[in-house]
Amino acid sequence: MPNVSMTVNGKAVSAEVEPRTLLVQFLREKLSLTGTHVGCDTSQCGACVVHVDGKSVKACTTLALQHEGADVTTIEGLAQNGELHPMQAAFKEHHGLQCGFCTPGMVMSAIDLVNTHPNPDEQTIREGLEGNICRCTGYQNIVKAVKAASDNMGG
Amino acid sequence: MYDFNYHRPGSVDEAVGLINEDAKILAGGQSLLPTMKLRLAQPSDVIDLGAIPGLSDISVDGSSVTIGATATHASVAASGAVAGAIPALADLASGIGDTQVRNVGTMGGSVANADPAADYPAAVVGLGATVHTNSRSIAADDFFTGIFETALEENEILTKVSFPVPEAAAYVKFANPASRYAIVGVFVAKTADGVRVAVTGAGGSVFRASAMEAALNANFSASALDGIAVASDDLNSDLHASAEYRAHLVAVMAKRAVQAAGG
Ligand SMILES: Cc1cc2nc3c(=O)[nH]c(=O)nc-3n(C[C@H](O)[C@H](O)[C@H](O)COP(=O)(O)OP(=O)(O)OC[C@H]3O[C@@H](n4cnc5c(N)ncnc54)[C@H](O)[C@@H]3O)c2cc1C
Ligand code: FES
Ligand code: FES
Repeated sequence: MPNVSMTVNGKAVSAEVEPRTLLVQFLREKLSLTGTHVGCDTSQCGACVVHVDGKSVKACTTLALQHEGADVTTIEGLAQNGELHPMQAAFKEHHGLQCGFCTPGMVMSAIDLVNTHPNPDEQTIREGLEGNICRCTGYQNIVKAVKAASDNMGG
Repeated sequence: MYDFNYHRPGSVDEAVGLINEDAKILAGGQSLLPTMKLRLAQPSDVIDLGAIPGLSDISVDGSSVTIGATATHASVAASGAVAGAIPALADLASGIGDTQVRNVGTMGGSVANADPAADYPAAVVGLGATVHTNSRSIAADDFFTGIFETALEENEILTKVSFPVPEAAAYVKFANPASRYAIVGVFVAKTADGVRVAVTGAGGSVFRASAMEAALNANFSASALDGIAVASDDLNSDLHASAEYRAHLVAVMAKRAVQAAGG
């Protein structure tokens, strides 16, 4: 079996994988990072979004082997020294979640959105989160949370 | 998904050398991997273009914009040079799918895949682009040959596409609200050699609307399209839209595109 090496949440990792192993399977099953969820497995829902070299991608629609040498961040890698990332804190503060299933992917996409569009308006936030589906909240509080976080992310 | 041998060549030549009857090229994987999960494709070998240096380059000179095969939709959308030379092209790339699809999906993958509802084919045909492969150059009008079919041979890799800079152009689509694929998309370009109108999403493959081109050559304004109907006979009919509705949308999107292009 081929070997893949990458950096995940700041740590160098390396493992043998079957070529068909998806990035999300590698993270959940090999590294036990189960914060990244699988909702649809068909690139629609965004529950599996992680950052690869700083950009949000759907980890269910990419092979682990495609990311040889990459720098991957998952929801587990956001909090620093026990302190939530401003986006996580804003989701908590503004009730941007109910069941929480979509939340890891939603937070990862929202951070990419604010990184590429500092100070987004409501329209930009809604369009920027098009790849993430939430079945609970109706999105209102998610949009509020992203807006609030963008104010705290130096944007 | 069935298992396969994975290859990560460092050059186009090496990639071409790895191709066999049952192999598949992998670019962004946004179309290929879903197909493999459904077991509609089960390649013995997957040849990943992702590590080939220079294959994602974007360059702009006075007369054309050249986009490398593995340039992502996000990089084309964010390129100031592309937006400066052919704003309609940057705009088209920015409207594909969602952020995550744009971050990995590639121009070459979209053009080689030739999905009847894909956006890029409208720009390739609408601008009269040239498709370059490892072995030859193919004119846009000869490239798309049917539903998911192109002029590419089995052992051919698309390396880049050169889009001539038009005098004016615009792309307008009626998007599927879930996926953003074009239910109907129309690319209109005013070029030195006349007006080109390319329609995607409506038929089995992108096509040119010649009656519209003739009318716009005489008078480049939306009103020139009044009364020009598109026959619905060969158009797609599915749960999203009937053939008759798509025919109607072609006329509406074409007028909006002409207006957006300043006509
Ligand atoms: C949720 C979702 C929404 C989407 N919405 C849209 C949309 O609104 N509009 C739109 O146009 N598309 C849309 N797409 C498709 C997306 O643009 C894909 O990225 C694109 O169609 C394929 O590009 P890829 O780089 O992912 O190619 P891959 O999936 O890697 O490859 C696709 C096919 O092309 C072949 N191929 C790839 N590169 C080459 C090459 N250089 N030479 C020869 N053959 C090659 C492969 O062998 C394969 O058969 C969507 C996809 C998803 C998952
Ligand atoms: S699980 Fe990846 S997009 Fe739904
Ligand atoms: S909080 Fe339940 S799916 Fe979003």
